Amino acid sequence: MLSFIGRSFIQKIITIIFVSVISFLIIHLAPGEPSQVDPLNPKFTPEVVERFRKEFHLDEPLYKQYLFFYQDLFTGKTVSWKDNQSVLKKIWERFLNSLPLFILGTILTWTLSFPVGIRSAIFRGGLYDRSATFFSYLLISIPGFFFAYILIILVVTRFHVPVLGMETFGISDASWPSVAMDRIWHLLIPSVLGATAGIAVLSRYVRSQMLEVEGQDYVRTAKAKGLPPDTVHYKHALRNALIPFVTMFGLILPGLIGGSVIIESIFSWPGIGRMAYEAILARDYPVILTVNFVSAVLVLVGTFISDILYMVVDPRIRI
Amino acid sequence: MNHQNTLLSVNNLKVYFRSDDTLARAVDGVSYEIRREETVCLVGESGCGKTVSALSILGLIPQPPGEIAGGSILFNGQELLGLGDEDLQKIRGNQIAMVFQEPLTSLNPVFTIGDQIGEAINIHENIAEAEVNARCIQLLTDVGIPSPAERMSAYPHELSGGQRQRVMIAMALACNPDLVIADEPTTALDVTVQSQILKLLRSIQKERAMSILYITHDLGVVANIADRVYVMYAGVIAEQGSTENIFRQSQHPYTQGLLASLPTRSKRGQRLHSIPGTVPSAAYKPPGCPFHPRCPHAITRCREEYPGMCDYGGGHLARCPVMFKNDQWCK
Ligand SMILES: Nc1ncnc2c1ncn2[C@@H]1O[C@H](COP(=O)(O)OP(=O)(O)OP(=O)(O)O)[C@@H](O)[C@H]1O
Ligand SMILES: [Mg+2]
Repeated sequence: MLSFIGRSFIQKIITIIFVSVISFLIIHLAPGEPSQVDPLNPKFTPEVVERFRKEFHLDEPLYKQYLFFYQDLFTGKTVSWKDNQSVLKKIWERFLNSLPLFILGTILTWTLSFPVGIRSAIFRGGLYDRSATFFSYLLISIPGFFFAYILIILVVTRFHVPVLGMETFGISDASWPSVAMDRIWHLLIPSVLGATAGIAVLSRYVRSQMLEVEGQDYVRTAKAKGLPPDTVHYKHALRNALIPFVTMFGLILPGLIGGSVIIESIFSWPGIGRMAYEAILARDYPVILTVNFVSAVLVLVGTFISDILYMVVDPRIRI
Repeated sequence: MNHQNTLLSVNNLKVYFRSDDTLARAVDGVSYEIRREETVCLVGESGCGKTVSALSILGLIPQPPGEIAGGSILFNGQELLGLGDEDLQKIRGNQIAMVFQEPLTSLNPVFTIGDQIGEAINIHENIAEAEVNARCIQLLTDVGIPSPAERMSAYPHELSGGQRQRVMIAMALACNPDLVIADEPTTALDVTVQSQILKLLRSIQKERAMSILYITHDLGVVANIADRVYVMYAGVIAEQGSTENIFRQSQHPYTQGLLASLPTRSKRGQRLHSIPGTVPSAAYKPPGCPFHPRCPHAITRCREEYPGMCDYGGGHLARCPVMFKNDQWCK
């Protein structure tokens, strides 16, 4: 067990080094310049551009830039080229903004997909299963932004609550119940939207996993023992069907920093996904690279957690 | 024949599987009977409907695609077909238990064997956890698992194939059933382990005075354990009788073919006989006698008319009027 953790840790360190090199190269090889050193930008004279290039080490060879960047990152000195703010601080603030969306969305997705998928599998071919299938394909095939606008129109015209941003402008002067309600409305709609596609996909996956397990010999053995259907389905079948989802559970971790660009853009939510998107447009290399690096770390931490969880839930995998 | 003595009787059972455009008549009018404390063998080639007929007894045919198209199954005088789920659950594992064909996949990989054996006892009997544990350990001892107390917390993948099958048997015996259905319990095991398991089943059966329905395609095994034998072909019973009847006075060409293909000491060095042709699929059976395309004795009438059971007396019946010396087409 310990040797597994040690080995896995070293592997992940090596991976992260590769990721850092490759993402650095990709960003620098992509065409375009940071907005402040763009010679086409009329606001900047050649002298200013030259000064910025020096300051950002853009005139140094790539490997030096790489070292400068990661040195800054690990000493916490990285600043955004756009506004000279500390990148880590910026990311942290945006991360806190995205966190409620992420948590609510994830909870909705995981708590709804499983009951829906499991029920569909147990009563396969029935009315419930067929309607669940219909709605999940419907939700999968409607584009998220389209669905978002329908939902916004519905909520705004029906309930007369504004839903864009994190709160209604100027609401903080109102009494606390209305502030709370306002916050909840603003949070709920984007979370539900973010969750719908997830529920549609995940519940399908749960259903097919469950169906596969229901056809296994050991499920027949369980029935032959005289166990009631609930024990057969929820103990013998479900426990086996859940195993692959443990892997997925580790992989929701990177979602923490990725956020959802589309949802955050539609709802003008000042989250981390939108920040990363804007950073890419502005060629704000430090922000892009830091977000990239942190999400790579989260992916690796996520897979590591999955590996450990796998050992916990599947007795066949023990080291 | 003492009617009191009958534990299970299957009468004219028909189980069909429906797919888009075909109807597979997997079991097509099968009747057999198991008496108390008796070992009955159901023999036949792969695909002839042995497992399907056994699963129907416990109501475990997946419906759809399966359907019970007719017949009756009486257990202790009670009709099992059409019984509600809850009543069936009381019988499954408690009065009729089953040992499956594949010990490798029939145990749940994520639960300990102690848990899987104890579960059946917990469901059917209201006894304390400590007692359940003691009973499980006793069962594992009975089926010959070494250091049973430690093995209780083992997972199936930690056991050998033979041990897993022993665990399956322990599980089947857990609630002292009247009937154990053993569906080719030794097919997946090597020969030495196979004979150990057979010995075990025989001794347990004597000890516990239960009946066994033993399903196999191996006539060697049949000679070893059966009191009576039913030979099945393409979803019907071809011949039935005591082990003596089947091995010494077999009347059906199919049984005779099976016996001729059995390796024996006297046939050493010779090529083994095999029945020409293959078993017809359950969906496309030939008209008349289903065996006629492979039968060396077939006459024109065999191709047209379904043969009845011919009675040789003493419970020995064979579905072959051609071999029957009386000049009538048996009914
Ligand atoms: N779930 C099912 N769906 C469709 N057809 C089935 C199903 N189960 C069994 N059958 C068909 O029923 C027939 C009999 O199958 P069965 O499993 O009873 O054979 P068997 O005699 O037990 O053979 P084996 O010795 O290989 O175990 C086969 O033709 C098979 O294709
Ligand atoms: Mg079978």
